[in-house]
Amino acid sequence: MKYTLVAWMRDKPGVLSRVSGMLRRRNFNIDSLQVSHSETPGISRMTFVVDGDERVVDQVLKQMQKVVDVTRVENISDQPTILRELALIRVRTTADTRREIMQFAEIYRAQIVDISADSLVIQIVGAEDKVDSLIDLLDRFGIEEMVRTGRVALARGMRIGSHKAVSSVWKARSTPVANGNRSEREKTGGV
Amino acid sequence: MTRSKAKQVDSHRQSLNSTPREMTGAQMVWEALVAEGTTVVFGHPGGAILPTYDALAPFEASGAIHHVLVRHEQCAGHMADGYARATGDVGVCIATSGPGATNLVTGLATAQMDSIPIVAITGQVPTNLLGTDAFQESDVIGVTQPVCKHNYLVTDVNELPLILKEAFYIAREGRPGPVLIDICKDVQNAKGIFRYDFEIDLPGFEPWPSYDLGSLLDAAQIINAAERPLIMAGHGVKLAGMSQELLELVEKAEIPVVTTLLGTGDIPETHPLSLGMGGMHGEAFANMAVQGCDVLIAMGMRFDDRITGRLDKFAKQAKIIHFELDKAEVGKNVMPTVAVIGDLGETLPALLPLVSERRHQNWTQTLQAWRGDTADSDIINYEGDELTPPFVIRQLWHATNTAKQQRVLVVTDVGQHQMWESQYFIHEKAGQLLTSGGLGTMGFALPAAIGAQMSDRNALVWAVAGDGGFQMTLQELIVLQQEKLPVKIAIINNGFLGMVRQWQQIFYDKRYVGTPILTPDLVKLAEAYSIPALRVTKPEQVVAAYEQAHATPGPFLIDFRVKEEVNVYPMVPPGAAVDELIRRPKPGMVQGYSGVQPSW
Ligand SMILES: Cc1ncc(C[n+]2csc(CCOP(=O)(O)OP(=O)(O)O)c2C)c(N)n1
Repeated sequence: MKYTLVAWMRDKPGVLSRVSGMLRRRNFNIDSLQVSHSETPGISRMTFVVDGDERVVDQVLKQMQKVVDVTRVENISDQPTILRELALIRVRTTADTRREIMQFAEIYRAQIVDISADSLVIQIVGAEDKVDSLIDLLDRFGIEEMVRTGRVALARGMRIGSHKAVSSVWKARSTPVANGNRSEREKTGGV
Repeated sequence: MTRSKAKQVDSHRQSLNSTPREMTGAQMVWEALVAEGTTVVFGHPGGAILPTYDALAPFEASGAIHHVLVRHEQCAGHMADGYARATGDVGVCIATSGPGATNLVTGLATAQMDSIPIVAITGQVPTNLLGTDAFQESDVIGVTQPVCKHNYLVTDVNELPLILKEAFYIAREGRPGPVLIDICKDVQNAKGIFRYDFEIDLPGFEPWPSYDLGSLLDAAQIINAAERPLIMAGHGVKLAGMSQELLELVEKAEIPVVTTLLGTGDIPETHPLSLGMGGMHGEAFANMAVQGCDVLIAMGMRFDDRITGRLDKFAKQAKIIHFELDKAEVGKNVMPTVAVIGDLGETLPALLPLVSERRHQNWTQTLQAWRGDTADSDIINYEGDELTPPFVIRQLWHATNTAKQQRVLVVTDVGQHQMWESQYFIHEKAGQLLTSGGLGTMGFALPAAIGAQMSDRNALVWAVAGDGGFQMTLQELIVLQQEKLPVKIAIINNGFLGMVRQWQQIFYDKRYVGTPILTPDLVKLAEAYSIPALRVTKPEQVVAAYEQAHATPGPFLIDFRVKEEVNVYPMVPPGAAVDELIRRPKPGMVQGYSGVQPSW
């Protein structure tokens, strides 16, 4: 199964290599990984998709938490979540196919962001299966070049970060050490 | 370091006079070390770390910090490691950029695998040359990341004080481990303001998770209902300083104890409820206890494959309770019924009153019967003319019992002798044996023994090594002279890379490829280093040799020319369940066998 995890980390040189190095070293199967700024200055937000079972995800969470620069990790797979991906696709066109391609784009609410004599660049935003299906359709026209961001995720409704147990695999868990400005940080999503 | 001791250190540091002062980055390093209570560093200089070495001069002159020059940086890591194991505090090592730093890697990896707190300081090329393949540049952060708890590249002198403080904090707190600080040469020369009164603020770094009371209650309930309980004690018991409490628990509820290699001596091995070490070379009765128990209480251990054998057949009948500080270890290899995540220093004392007083007569009688069946007495009392390693090790134990020193530390290398030591030396205390368990680093014994002896010159420190591992780091012998250290050395010299030869004998049809090893005349070698030495070839010379070693002030080396093709038994073949072991044959079953039949 595929799980969506979100990690927040101190925006320090090398932090991405620390995290990705750990994931590689421990032989975890990562489908996609995306990093960007979060709403908190100095804190980056990483969305990544893990392929595995519950035990694997549990290990990923715990091993991530051990990386000193990682400030928080959440498994948001079982929460109502908005999952999106952006793709830019350059498709070959001819006078005959251009209309048809543009119609497909319209149906998918994708945008034409660049146009030239023999190609179009389509931008699509959506859940991955929607992106996949557009790519399938466009494939027969000839995809010349393509880039996908990988999954990004945000919980619906209330902000994520409730204090639920990190793992459902066993009932034992530890309560976090009290920390003066912790709640404040959590409000900002930084911790 | 135990949590309470770590707290003391913290408050000590807070109370230090920390008026901000201007100084160079190089000076900051030593100021911070003094604040951390470091008195010894192990290292080797070179261009990129020279400013820091230069700034050491006044600290050496005042006696605040002593520098031990190693002959290979790997050994700086092992010495800091031995120092840390012997004291429970952070060991510090220092090296130059490029080759100096890459040489450190084995030392760091060894410490990481065994949860040993080390701070390593390395020089790096100046910031303006970073990334240019400058002379002696290597990506030390990249190279050491997988083998460190954390590491830092310092490119701004103003960040250095906080980084130094964080590094010691991270190395020491929670589950300990090595932390490396890579300091660019220009940063060492640059001036900045030194202060050391920071509050450490590492969001997300949770060294001491507090335990869940519900889990503890569940654990107690399961323990109280157990008919055949067994404790498996690991390094965590030693790190938390909980041997006494463990013994109380053991006696209160009559629970026998099996240990891991690093848990050796968690309770005295002379105790009737101690079953010694389990796992690949554990005694058969210890492993049978693991497979036969109905509740397995794992304390401060991580279910390494050397202790579990084949996982899907491990302790199948047992409910497993896992007391562990590092939650990532819980459920990693073995899924417990209940896990109590937290500092053993808290959870064990909290567990004690919850556990009822009980006897488990049937269980202990069963164990007694198993023990009788597989006793090592046959081997120990074996009176042949040949010099065998188990005899040599058991006599070492006898000899240390009559030595005048109060504190005895045995530092082993890796291989057969390491297993023989854990089997035939009877450990009375946690931390009496210092050995590379997780990484299994040959060459560990001599440098780690030097590190341990540097922390306590009055201790009796024995380094026990094979002829193979000894030759990996024997260049450090000269440190015994330079530092006037009384380390005693026993070489179990069997003419082979013994443990590998044993595997070749059992699993590769006795094709001894790459395992016969030539060793120089060790007595002459020792002489070259001005170390008194003896060669022992017969059983009747052993006792006198140890006596002479103990009677001789300063270092001493004994070259034990033992019988060559002796195997370590029992042995759980890799991939087998721990009770599917090759038993120790009785003397007399001996000679002329081939294949799996063991040779005694
Ligand atoms: C650095 C390193 N290289 C290789 C090994 C693999 N290895 C494990 S035990 C062993 C043999 C050790 O031989 P020796 O030091 O003579 O000790 P003995 O087993 O004979 O007691 C080897 C090569 C290792 N553990 N460490």
